[in-house]
Amino acid sequence: MAAISRDEVAHLARLARIEMSSEELDHLASELDQILHAVDRVQEAAKDDVPPTSHPLPLKNVTRPDVVIPSLSPEDALSGAPASDEQRFKVPQILGDAE
Amino acid sequence: MTFIYNTAAEMSIALAAKEVSAVDLANEHFDRIADVDGDVHAFLYLDKEGALAQAKDVDAKRAAGEKLSPLAGVPLALKDVMAQRGIPTTCGSKILEGWRPPYDATVVTRLKEAGVVILGKTNMDEFAMGSSTENSAYGPTHNPWDLSRIPGGSGGGSSASLAAFEAPLAIGTDTGGSIRQPAAVTGTVGVKPTYGAVSRYGLVAFSSSLDQAGPCARTVLDTAMLHEVIAGHDAKDSSSINAPVPAVVAAAKKLDVKGMKIGVIKELGGEGFQKGVSERFNEALEELVKAGAEIVEVSCPNFEYALAAYYLIAPSEASSNLARFDSMRYGLRVGDDGSRGAEEVMSLTRQAGFGKEVKRRIILGTYALSSGYYDAYYGSAQRVRTLIMRDYEAAFAKADVLVSPTAPTTAFKIGEKADDPVAMYLNDIATIPVNMAGIGGMSLPCGLAAEDNLPVGFQIMSPAMKDDLMYQVGGTLEAALNSKWGSTLMSQAPKLGAK
Repeated sequence: MAAISRDEVAHLARLARIEMSSEELDHLASELDQILHAVDRVQEAAKDDVPPTSHPLPLKNVTRPDVVIPSLSPEDALSGAPASDEQRFKVPQILGDAE
Repeated sequence: MTFIYNTAAEMSIALAAKEVSAVDLANEHFDRIADVDGDVHAFLYLDKEGALAQAKDVDAKRAAGEKLSPLAGVPLALKDVMAQRGIPTTCGSKILEGWRPPYDATVVTRLKEAGVVILGKTNMDEFAMGSSTENSAYGPTHNPWDLSRIPGGSGGGSSASLAAFEAPLAIGTDTGGSIRQPAAVTGTVGVKPTYGAVSRYGLVAFSSSLDQAGPCARTVLDTAMLHEVIAGHDAKDSSSINAPVPAVVAAAKKLDVKGMKIGVIKELGGEGFQKGVSERFNEALEELVKAGAEIVEVSCPNFEYALAAYYLIAPSEASSNLARFDSMRYGLRVGDDGSRGAEEVMSLTRQAGFGKEVKRRIILGTYALSSGYYDAYYGSAQRVRTLIMRDYEAAFAKADVLVSPTAPTTAFKIGEKADDPVAMYLNDIATIPVNMAGIGGMSLPCGLAAEDNLPVGFQIMSPAMKDDLMYQVGGTLEAALNSKWGSTLMSQAPKLGAK
């Protein structure tokens, strides 16, 4: 049985904000199915009594003193912007329907 | 007279003795690049102007009698995953084409402060996802030992630049083997330091709990010298270790392993490993025994799940990290014709800007993190991570360092595994456990495989924060092998170029 359907892949692509052609979806669904079968084994190894590790270092709440330090100028911060206006990033319409 | 075939340590001595200037040394390397990089394609961008300005600055300071860092004036190739102010930084991706970062990565800041001359940016698999550099949006890099073969990945550009004598030093990053496997298949040396030893600030993030930058060179000592330049605590990286850097240069010079216990990991060898790889690995072990080390066999039974766990954890973290490429603040923007909303522009940009492997991993990671699957996939993978750390803990109780072949095979042909992601992932079987546990790992050359005359890598793993131990063993093994062969492995590399 397939571990993942084409419809599921289409849903994931929407969640990940990646437009995909029909061919891309077909191809990826079969590849992901193969990969998921290969990685499925983690479930047999890992019992519930083993605590999860999210990070190799036991660090917690690393903070720095709350003082102002030099940072990027507005010009530098906007230097890579696809579009900008009045020291702001200019982006396509976010709310409501586009025209 | 040229210095390009010398080691960085030798270049350092020649520079200090004013036998060569930093400007001449940089120009010699740019000439070499012009001669051979059309065939190798190690570089994505050359910064001749910036490099020569840096070299000139070093020469002026030396003439004025200023005290300089040992690597001042020595050239370096920088993996294109590192932000360098004003210099195009693509990470091998179309989505970042033309982006010039407004700041320096901490690694770059330290290189500049040490007077290291950055020649340019090297090719890599897109966002460091791959084992062959075939996933670069800018075309593959070719292995200097055989131009029809891969130079490893993701840092294939950095390793190839070393093997082609285009640079004596390079920076790599290693999430699952991207420093060590390229080193193995190009006959060069590469080190993934302990997680947190080198700052990740300014490194384009792939999998934040696994990513680690590190030094690459043609000898163990050169690698150690670069390690000491780039390592050390950085307040800009909250996962940076706040402790002194181990004395790795002194360790590389020790040339003594008497009484050391070297653990051979049973599960990382034998079946699935190419015959010539196993032969060269076993011969290297004999050299360590002759040098006075004791070999013990150790077992790490949970390593068989490491690959599966890695290909859940790394894509999961990547799916989150790569969300930043949203076409809003920097990088590519596609389809913004005034009629489309932000989400649609974002989706079209990511379709056009990301390559196949990157999309595959983002979707896999999105799946592994989605509700209903999280516990079964991401949660289980994190538990496997704990089991792998326990295996290492038990193994390091029996041995000072652990060893294995770095990669199961020598360099394969370009295109050979491009359509089989699962087969491609198997390249990383011996390197991934190191990243999962956050410990140190080194690859150094241990000869050529008899069947194909291609370099074989020997991997040394040391406990967290004890990176000096792998340099000590690596330096000793390198010296023993060079004396056995009567020359370095790199001196047998094919001559490239017209000159």
